[in-house]
Amino acid sequence: MIALIGIGGALGAATRYWIGMAMPKHSIINGIWIANITGSFILGILADLFLSQQLAEWAWAFFGIGFCGAYTTFSTFSVEALEMIRTQQLRSAVIYILSSVIISVTFAAIGFFM
Amino acid sequence: MNLLLVMIGGFFGSISRYTLGEWLYMENGFPIGTLSVNLIGCLFLGWFTAFIMKRKKIRLEIPLLIGTGFTGSFTTFSTFSVETVQLIEQQMMLTAITYILISVFAGIGFAYTGYKIAGYKKKKVGGPQ
Repeated sequence: MIALIGIGGALGAATRYWIGMAMPKHSIINGIWIANITGSFILGILADLFLSQQLAEWAWAFFGIGFCGAYTTFSTFSVEALEMIRTQQLRSAVIYILSSVIISVTFAAIGFFM
Repeated sequence: MNLLLVMIGGFFGSISRYTLGEWLYMENGFPIGTLSVNLIGCLFLGWFTAFIMKRKKIRLEIPLLIGTGFTGSFTTFSTFSVETVQLIEQQMMLTAITYILISVFAGIGFAYTGYKIAGYKKKKVGGPQ
């Protein structure tokens, strides 16, 4: 169980790193933005399947806790927002924070309820 | 090689998140486990980022392993999103809003505290870097 979470996490981190390399760094729509929104959507679907007992415990550990957990990140999101505030790009910071939170939660809800 | 370092960090970061999150989780309606993990990660990454910026000579491998890999995987955004949806589903609208506001404001605040602990003072003003 723990090993599955770890391996799923390793793959999630690799995917996030890969998307980060492919996307522009100093932009609001960067790799982390994409990863957090798509990961929230996938976890919404998985959480619904798991709670309605259509997804096995091991699959939840691997794809949900491991992959989606590691693919998305809160710490980099916060540090990026802080960097925007610190370099006086306040407007970018507000757009980055609001769009990340609102779109991620909306996509998680779409995944969860669809 | 870079990808492997990110994956090793991701492996241990995810396991640490699960272990700590499970240990802290409480059935009182508020997702204290995820919040704690995310805030600890923000504090650490803030400190680590400032620490790296102060030392120009540091090897790229270290931020990939510890920053992108471990801390990136230790904290999570997707669980935060899904927990918010679940709070809304349970008609706990006020708790959901509180959870969002604490996560965002305390997250940035903890990252800033990390910067301060590392003693990062250099202020870059506007413009492309």
